[in-house]
Amino acid sequence: MAAITLIEAVNKAMAYEMGVDEEVVILGEDVGANGGVFRATDGLQQKFGDKRVIDTPLAESMIAGVSIGMAAQGMKPVAEIQFMGFIFPAVDQIICHAARMRNRTRGRIHLPMVIRAPFGGGIHAPEHHSESTEAIFAHIPGLKVVIPSNPSRAYGLMLAAIRDPDPVIFLEPKRVYRIEKHEIEDNGEEYPLGMCFVDREGTDITLISWGAMLHETKQAAEKLAAEGISAEVIDVATVSPLDIDTILESVEKTGRACIVQEAPKAGALGSEIAAEIAEKGVMNLLAPIGRVSGYDTVMPYYRLEKQYMPKVEHIVEEAKRIVEYR
Amino acid sequence: MTTVAKFEINYLQFMDENGTFISKQVPPQFAQDIDTVKSLYRDMCLIRVLDQKAYALQRTGKMGTYPAATGQEAVGVGFGSAMTKDDVLVPYYRGQAAMIQHGVLMEEVLLYWGGDERGCDYKVAKQDFPIAVPIATQLLHAAGIAKAMQMRGEKRCVFTEIGEGGTSEGDFYEALNVAGIWNLGVVFVINNNQWAISVPSEIQTNCETYAQKAIAAGIECIQVDGNDIIAVKEASEKAAEKARNGGGPTVIECISLRLCDHTTADDATRYRPEGELDEGWKKEPILRLRKYLESKKAWSEADEEKMKKELAEEVQTAVDNYLNTAVDSPAAMFDNLYAELPERTLAQRELALARGAK
Ligand SMILES: Cc1ncc(C[n+]2csc(CCOP(=O)(O)OP(=O)(O)O)c2C)c(N)n1
Ligand SMILES: [Mg+2]
Repeated sequence: MAAITLIEAVNKAMAYEMGVDEEVVILGEDVGANGGVFRATDGLQQKFGDKRVIDTPLAESMIAGVSIGMAAQGMKPVAEIQFMGFIFPAVDQIICHAARMRNRTRGRIHLPMVIRAPFGGGIHAPEHHSESTEAIFAHIPGLKVVIPSNPSRAYGLMLAAIRDPDPVIFLEPKRVYRIEKHEIEDNGEEYPLGMCFVDREGTDITLISWGAMLHETKQAAEKLAAEGISAEVIDVATVSPLDIDTILESVEKTGRACIVQEAPKAGALGSEIAAEIAEKGVMNLLAPIGRVSGYDTVMPYYRLEKQYMPKVEHIVEEAKRIVEYR
Repeated sequence: MTTVAKFEINYLQFMDENGTFISKQVPPQFAQDIDTVKSLYRDMCLIRVLDQKAYALQRTGKMGTYPAATGQEAVGVGFGSAMTKDDVLVPYYRGQAAMIQHGVLMEEVLLYWGGDERGCDYKVAKQDFPIAVPIATQLLHAAGIAKAMQMRGEKRCVFTEIGEGGTSEGDFYEALNVAGIWNLGVVFVINNNQWAISVPSEIQTNCETYAQKAIAAGIECIQVDGNDIIAVKEASEKAAEKARNGGGPTVIECISLRLCDHTTADDATRYRPEGELDEGWKKEPILRLRKYLESKKAWSEADEEKMKKELAEEVQTAVDNYLNTAVDSPAAMFDNLYAELPERTLAQRELALARGAK
């Protein structure tokens, strides 16, 4: 068993599934000889050939649209969009076709496809390479949106995404691509989609996050513990469809909730989670729900990036405010 | 069966890799003026020096990801020098050569890639668009600018640049189509540097040329030797003249070679075939123009030394200006979001300022 990073786990999961299911193919820009700009597909073309690991022309709408056609024929395309900021030419295909095909054909055609994209800030990348726009896709019925926060989850969730009979948008928090390693047995065992993970048990407040921000959230829980506040930490993992039950159960226990997200605050996933808690769990709340978010502004270029990103101390501060609320 | 349409693509080259005029055509007027040729040479060398400097800054942590234009200087300097100050440039990310020709300051280019929006606030090139990173999107902006010029009856034109890989995007075809049907004064320059990161032309297109993509839009096109600045500039001047006078759009495909990594974040040894660089360096645009100048006894080793020193100083001044530009206040994240910041966001601005002050 080898200790591997999140990006290596993505690679391993795709390799595993390509090994056992010949319908699985990879396509995207620079996924072949180059192994992807982050090396997510490193070595896969050598291993599986250029018929199954396809360097496409530079056209995202084509990548998504072609994936739809292939998936309709029972293949399982795993398409890479080089950065989430470049998914927008493909949005027409994803929203107007991928998300709706099963519904509008009343199940006659379904699309077992995955669209992967690295996303999020914090690595000093150029313009358009750092946004967190998961809410755009989470808003669309018919899509599943999955965001792994660590190597094990990347491995298990990627396998589930490829095997899922419906389109899955698989968003990889690139800031944590290589910050930690997990021992992973490459046995093809998946983690189910549509399920939150409780990463830390606590009694005073529930901290809810996903992706890279989970790391700050866990550190905040650590700090809070040192101050005598017991925080439960939930990794949402599948941001759509949302496993609200796990969140509500936790909030029932702690009576307090704080959502932590890198994305801008308005109309984001945190808004949906807060609304669900308010709708279904308001009677369990001892304090108003809190949110730690990015600002409602354009993601700045990297010199100001640090000023934009939510930080551990912001989470600690907000959690304390909620816990101390009377 | 009868043939209902036919097309051919012309190729323009004046100067070979030895700096010798090979074309049977008479060289354009500007090429017969040695001072003009010298200044083109200097301008290409400036881009080479700037790119090298930016690379070095990136390697020492003082610059973000940077896309050099090494080996492609003739493309940007060539068409940039065909623009007048009333024309508008809509660049792509590897467009520093044309941008600087058209009045964007070097320190603005450095600020942009150094992660500061003020690098898009051009002091001189007031109407030029900032760099477009989402590939091919910029071509439609160029069409819109040209539409405005046309509606107002102005004798100006728009230049826009794109890589050969970018011509696979839908926006590329949409822009050409609308420019063709509306007869817009746009010059579309394709920098065919033969790579789209790791993807070579063989798997980018089934066309023999990128220029011919214009045919389907009913647009005039030409392919030029992108290492021959005389050819690039001549084709650009003709196209610009036509565009300014209501003659409509042109596509110019410039064949160059990316003699550098895609960006500082890339490692081309993973995919570039052996020998390509050695061959490429023999054909590159700066060397051949120097050979030409030397053959005319218009350039000496001493001139070269003197110029290099001047360029190094010029670039260093820009680098100093860039590095001495203090990081903006966190408030800058908000101050140009809208003409007027909504109240709700104003509160976030205050919060950012308070947090930033800690
Ligand atoms: C819409 C979009 N998709 C993907 C990218 C990522 N990307 C940046 S440069 C590049 C290759 C571009 O190649 P080409 O058009 O030939 O221009 P070059 O970089 O060679 O000058 C890619 C895929 C992007 N910036 N925008
Ligand atoms: Mg290219």
